Amino acid sequence: MPIQYYLYLSLALFCTGIIGALMRRNAIVILMCIELMLNAVNLLLVAFSNHFNDASAQIFVFFIMVVAAAEVSIGLAIIVLMYRRVHSIDINILNRLKN
Amino acid sequence: MNIIIASALLGVVLMLSGVFLNHAKGKRTLAIFASIILMVVAVVDVMQNTNNTILHFNGLMATNSFTAKLNAVIAFCSMLYIFLFSNEISKVGLNDAEYFALIFFALTGVFILTSYQNMFMLFLGIEILSIPQYILAGSDKRNVKSNEASLKYFLMGAFSTGFLLMGITLIYGATGTFDVSKMALMGSGEPSTIALLGILFLIVALGFKASAAPFHVWTPDVYDGSPTAFTPFMASIAKVAIFAAFIHLFHASFAGLAGRWHIIIIAIIVLTLLIGNVTAVYQQSVKRMLAYSSIAQAGFLLFAVYSLNEISQKGILLYGASYMLATMSIFAVLIKMKDYTFDGFNGLAKKQPVLAFAAAIALFSLAGIPLTGGFFGKYYMLNGAMQNGMPIWVLIFAVLMAAISVYYYFKVIQAMYFKTSIQDATEPDAVIDVPFKVMLIINTALLILLGIYPTIVTIF
Repeated sequence: MPIQYYLYLSLALFCTGIIGALMRRNAIVILMCIELMLNAVNLLLVAFSNHFNDASAQIFVFFIMVVAAAEVSIGLAIIVLMYRRVHSIDINILNRLKN
Repeated sequence: MNIIIASALLGVVLMLSGVFLNHAKGKRTLAIFASIILMVVAVVDVMQNTNNTILHFNGLMATNSFTAKLNAVIAFCSMLYIFLFSNEISKVGLNDAEYFALIFFALTGVFILTSYQNMFMLFLGIEILSIPQYILAGSDKRNVKSNEASLKYFLMGAFSTGFLLMGITLIYGATGTFDVSKMALMGSGEPSTIALLGILFLIVALGFKASAAPFHVWTPDVYDGSPTAFTPFMASIAKVAIFAAFIHLFHASFAGLAGRWHIIIIAIIVLTLLIGNVTAVYQQSVKRMLAYSSIAQAGFLLFAVYSLNEISQKGILLYGASYMLATMSIFAVLIKMKDYTFDGFNGLAKKQPVLAFAAAIALFSLAGIPLTGGFFGKYYMLNGAMQNGMPIWVLIFAVLMAAISVYYYFKVIQAMYFKTSIQDATEPDAVIDVPFKVMLIINTALLILLGIYPTIVTIF
């Protein structure tokens, strides 16, 4: 299969992630959309790795997965903290609280 | 290179100090001691490095005298930061040992960003720098504003990480390598669409992290909401590190394609300067004004990304040093205040002459008044960009915007020196002891020294 197909697929997934992260108001769903963006990148990296016969991109994928896990653990902790304060994970509530 | 290992190890030691030391004073002393060790390691690194670039860890990292000097400047400023703010950091919450540990972990990321040679380390460095900052922003757990700052910073940071990774992957797809120096070959021949798209993604991602307009929307809320003890770290040390990474990437890898991305950088510079300076004028709170002013300062730092010559390296050293010192000074004064509005500063000069003087010099430096470090910082930035053929109207625009910045910085000075107030401006239980004042005076003296002998930081 030509490399372009993988490129188009992962760019489509990436754009889905961006649109989701911008449109949704639920913090956990935004987190999921960001994960989708990262996984689109992972897919593309593996495809390029196969294309160039170069293992370094696959190592990169593992690092992205580890960092994403660390990031999510921090993110969920922050969301729990938020939930305890305002009993909601809707990010619009934050803007209302400010005024 | 030792400095990366040292800062990570010191972070672990500080984290464990929370278990073994019971008194806040002991943990503070240990943190101050750790920052001094970091400074010593940085100085040893400066003495060992020459102008030749040395590769480390199979070409993942590269050091030379420039990166060692930048590390030393950053280590020195972190030392001042810990000295000036350690009291306030302990007061933020119950987990004071963790706060110090997180600062040192973030510094590990900073030192990776100053000397990376592979996109791998760029990604890891940015993440190691960002993740502790998300936690620090939300460390005042009972305060809704702090929670909001943390969540906003986290969502924006993770979102921009996606862009960063996509950019790196597309560049990898175009060149087949993650090595920053090997990508420089890209200038030969017509660049592919993927490479240009990748550069665009990287500009967006690094613009987000460096809070350049139009990706700056998170900055005021995050800097304003975070505990005041951590804002100077985010606004100064972390920002300078991100710019060091930005400049290194664009100079080492994409210089050959400069014709394509220069125009985007100019647009970002103009927008950043305009939005940062004009919005800062309308702020009521000094802390929020400083957040907008940090966006405006990012506009000046972006000139170094545009100019692809040696002057910009000197410029980032000098601008970075003076910007970090000035931010430390003004926040060290701000954190002692009862009221963060402009009126809160009324009559400070009568009650606390040392604090008012330090704040005044810091604001002079941020505005770029001669005889302070900020003047030569701005001069080097504009000079470097001009020699690289930047359109003259952008430079004139930048100087005009610096003139606007004088207005809002001087509003604070006016409040301190020419207005009077019945009650004390400072917080009643704020610790303004002799060591604090001495550190503040040293900080101020360094700012003036940089304004008189700017070469001191570039030669050493």
